[in-house]
Amino acid sequence: MPRPFVTHAQLPRGQAKIWMALLAAVLLLAPWVFDTPFAQAVLTQVGIAMVACLSFNILLGQGGMLSFGHAVYSGLGAYMAMHVMQWSGSGGFAVPISLIPLVGGLCGMGFAVILGFVTTRKSGTTLAMITLGLAELVFAMSLMFSDFFGGEAGLSGNRVQGRPVWGVDFKTQTQVYFLIAAYTWVCVGLMYAFTQTPLGRLLNAVRDNAERLSFIGYQPQRVRYLAFIIAGFFAGISGGMGVVHFEIVTAEVVGATRSGAYLLFTFLGGAGFFVGPILGAVGMVVSAVLLSEWSPAWLLYLGLVFMGMVMFAPGGMASIALWHWHWMRQAGAALLWPWYGALLASAAMAGLGATSAIEFFYHQQLQTLGGQPMRWLGVQWAVHQPGPWVAAVSILVLGLAGWVYCQKQWDRVWSQAMADTPRGQP
Amino acid sequence: MSLSFRSAVLMLALSACGWAQAQKGETVKVAWIDPLSGLMAPVGSNQLKSFQFLADKFSQNNPAGVKFEVIGIDNKLSPAESLNALKSAMDQGVRYITQGNGSSVAGALIDAINKHNERNPGKEVIYLNHSAVDPDFTNSKCSYWHFRFDADTSMKMEAMSSFMKDLPEIKKIYLLNQNYSHGHQVAKYAKETIGRKRPDIQFVGEDLHPLAQVRDFAPYIAKIKASGADTVITGNWGSDLALLIKAANEGGFNGKFFTYYTGVTGTPTALGKGGEGRVYQIAYNHYNMGGQMAQWMKEFQTKYKDDFYTGSAIHIFNYLGEAMAKAQSTDPVKVAAAMHGLKLKSFNGEVEMRKLDHQLQQTLFMSVWQKADKKFPYNPENTGMTLVPVKTFEPYISSTPTSCQMKTP
Amino acid sequence: MEFFLISLLNGVSYGLLLFMLSAGLTLIFSMMGVLNFAHASFYMLGAYLGYILNGIWGFVPALLLAPIAVGCLGGIFEKYFLRRVHAYGHVPELLITFGLAYVVLEVVQLLWGRSAVAFAPPAWLQKPAFTLIGGPGSSGLQWAWGAVTQAQCQGDVVCSPFPASRAFMMAVALAMVLSLWGLITRTRVGLVIQAALTHPQAVQTLGHNVPRVFMWVFGVGTGLAALAGVIGGSTFVTEPSMAATVGSVTFVVIVIGGLGSLAGAFWASVLIGTVQTWAVAVDLSLMDMLRHLGFSSAYPVSSGAWSNLTLSQAAPILPYLFLVLMLVFRPKGLMGQRED
Repeated sequence: MPRPFVTHAQLPRGQAKIWMALLAAVLLLAPWVFDTPFAQAVLTQVGIAMVACLSFNILLGQGGMLSFGHAVYSGLGAYMAMHVMQWSGSGGFAVPISLIPLVGGLCGMGFAVILGFVTTRKSGTTLAMITLGLAELVFAMSLMFSDFFGGEAGLSGNRVQGRPVWGVDFKTQTQVYFLIAAYTWVCVGLMYAFTQTPLGRLLNAVRDNAERLSFIGYQPQRVRYLAFIIAGFFAGISGGMGVVHFEIVTAEVVGATRSGAYLLFTFLGGAGFFVGPILGAVGMVVSAVLLSEWSPAWLLYLGLVFMGMVMFAPGGMASIALWHWHWMRQAGAALLWPWYGALLASAAMAGLGATSAIEFFYHQQLQTLGGQPMRWLGVQWAVHQPGPWVAAVSILVLGLAGWVYCQKQWDRVWSQAMADTPRGQP
Repeated sequence: MSLSFRSAVLMLALSACGWAQAQKGETVKVAWIDPLSGLMAPVGSNQLKSFQFLADKFSQNNPAGVKFEVIGIDNKLSPAESLNALKSAMDQGVRYITQGNGSSVAGALIDAINKHNERNPGKEVIYLNHSAVDPDFTNSKCSYWHFRFDADTSMKMEAMSSFMKDLPEIKKIYLLNQNYSHGHQVAKYAKETIGRKRPDIQFVGEDLHPLAQVRDFAPYIAKIKASGADTVITGNWGSDLALLIKAANEGGFNGKFFTYYTGVTGTPTALGKGGEGRVYQIAYNHYNMGGQMAQWMKEFQTKYKDDFYTGSAIHIFNYLGEAMAKAQSTDPVKVAAAMHGLKLKSFNGEVEMRKLDHQLQQTLFMSVWQKADKKFPYNPENTGMTLVPVKTFEPYISSTPTSCQMKTP
Repeated sequence: MEFFLISLLNGVSYGLLLFMLSAGLTLIFSMMGVLNFAHASFYMLGAYLGYILNGIWGFVPALLLAPIAVGCLGGIFEKYFLRRVHAYGHVPELLITFGLAYVVLEVVQLLWGRSAVAFAPPAWLQKPAFTLIGGPGSSGLQWAWGAVTQAQCQGDVVCSPFPASRAFMMAVALAMVLSLWGLITRTRVGLVIQAALTHPQAVQTLGHNVPRVFMWVFGVGTGLAALAGVIGGSTFVTEPSMAATVGSVTFVVIVIGGLGSLAGAFWASVLIGTVQTWAVAVDLSLMDMLRHLGFSSAYPVSSGAWSNLTLSQAAPILPYLFLVLMLVFRPKGLMGQRED
């Protein structure tokens, strides 16, 4: 397989500790900034998504295994965790709520042991197709076997059970958030540590050149299988965290839409970088929960952004961030700043024009507000007249023209700066 | 002393008046949480428009003098998303939630609202169910904070079987339903009620197909024909119903269809002229009710170029207005107490919110699909056809017993 | 007996529709190694464009022009979008088609709304093609062209009409199979395609414009999907969810048939179509079968248990079950040549 879009930079030892401390600080301080129950619910979901996307990236970015059915493991882990939570709440062996995600993780791992064996025997397209088949199979079964899956209504449980420990009874969203944040921090650390282990490195080798690996004496199949199990474990933890937060689990947690979302957003974040899925997870929750309320065109924006990212920045948002980092440190960057500003301004103009046109079109077609005029960016627009359309399209065209011009100028100044740099200096 | 006593009484009287007037002009926010994307998007957007239309109408004229504001939130037919939507709505100060598309979401909301109300006294929220008809919500899963304004599956089946027992030409029935809770309930109650009223009728077959996935109903029609059935009972909706009847016409099955959801967005267009005189619907309304309803339907059609069929929304606004006037407050705890057992007159006659289980008892209609004419002129989605009432069922006919053990606070 | 025949015909016609879809996908995959996730979206576009053209010019012009229009769109997509990501490898190619599927769905919903549109076949296809007359009341199985009168179908005599729209679907699919086969094996262009299938670099050194061949193949593949869309959309229903319902089954078909094999796709689609149609007719569950064999359960079995599941209820998962079993035991598929 030709060398794809992943690069996987390795951080120096000390730096990793700094990043983990930074993550801990962000996780601890976030609920003070976002203090309403809804905002904290969003933060909780971001934590859950982070673990899920990072576990998916063990397969995609590190192992080169394209899986269309990763939600199967997080979903089945969630179902088992819910069964345990229900059993614990109704008189069975009392399992502390803070251990429910771990239950999910162990069950996710168990399913990965069973299903992963057949999945990872081959690689490439065959593996992708098997994961697709298994995902559709499990989803179709979820509506049939109502004993385990609870049918269409799913299973619901109560996280407020037993006696409170140190005053923590998980009644409030804040307490749930801190539990999830703790699990997220630990899982991020563990998954990063995994990338530094020999198995993690072997996994990268399987991705890059499996044949050569087998020459050295390792079995690519075994490496893939072990990585699959580990990814299943963390996916299950993510599912268990979802059970504690939502207190309900329905068939959508094993659905193709969710698997597709993992794939989409991990890729958008940047599959070639460890931090990519973290960015992608934030994007996943923001677009699903917030963007869909702001605009009816959110799926269209998502699709277009995704296609654009695949074509122009296959390394994802993380690669864009890295690009910024590189040119800003470049000697002679001072000359580049004005053109960067100009590029940003043209992109903003083009974006404004495009989104305005799309919003106008949606409003006209959907008419969800009846005869009510359209409000966009705080102004009322008469969408039935040509005026706003002309304005939107002309802003779009101006922005695109500006982008093309600034791009040329940027290239000119950049090559000048490269030529002027003495050898041996960054 | 008398001065201070009198002034105290005066103050009290004045403040009482002030309190009684407190809700006049107050805005009551109602959050509508249902799908605006995906499978049910056309139904969802029709219902949101209906609620917003009625909020306008009732804001101008209701016994409590309040203003209604409807906030629509898309839940993408997902229970997890609905919980987010609920939290978002509560953050915006909303204390009345309405939902009805999808029993899975309804179940999740009932659960979440029960837990929230228990954990947060003083911030209670009420759930007004406009269309989720799973009988469990007024039986095993009943809740003081949940009020159902649609007739549930068992009630509709009671009425349907009352109609069918008087048709001697019905001898063999086939049950074809979607394989999820709604479909299972329809099949279960059909067998039970018809078995009770006409034990001579044979159930010659029963099928459960996956929801909204089957495009080709020809195999099912072939099976129905091979079984010799003359009638099909189905709870199918949307494309499942439309394709079923289309396949029946093509496959040469000429029996009757008894359905729940012929009138819902999309099915009239897909039915077209097919199924004339053979497709029946049981519901709490029909297209040609006359009076205020006809006027509003016409206005709705002019404004939105869509058909209004969610009559339960009218019940909801009627109840909110009456209850708020009776309780003299918009506080959900007081309003719930006022709605508990409240009787009033709505568009389809006298209705009662039964105390036992918060299931609205109302009149039901059996209607049949046929050409629109001068007497029954309203034609949905410009098909030239309409649903014509053939029998009216008083509330006591469709009233069903309940096993609800409601915990009142 | 007529139930058996009608079921067989239903199954085969559905299978041939699946083949029209999977033929294009197989061609694209064989040529370019791209698993086109947006293939079902082109199917949907074909149905909607067919609906528009049917309203302007009629059914037959729609049948001819809609595939051509969608084929052009496919070619444009290949040239300006897919080619750009070709350098990044197979995964980005797959992902861009993935994104395209979302975009096409949203655009279709934007232009034509979210509910079904009234795309019906023309009047000459709405009658039955032929009718089987049988049942206990008649003597043996007879058939008649077209429809039969109500009088002939009274009492125990069962009349089973077979819709002309389905017969037309079968005819178009078979015509398509034959012309594809003829194109690939008997024409120069076909020979170039066959060569580019296995040795693209060699073909390029011989002077053929391989990227242009790719564009044409992508266009033809999506055009075939659009043809299936016009027919499937008019026979069944044209709505935004039609892509999702048919998309995954198409992948099942090409994998079971063998990635890269047209003949395999043909047999696999007929197999899947027939099995799915017949499974609906079988009301046996595992418990029933065990009881037939003489075993009976000592424990009461709840209604939600898996052993009580009848084959007709399990019908939707059968294709995916086959897929997984095939990939586990014979990853090449029924007639495939390559394993990757």
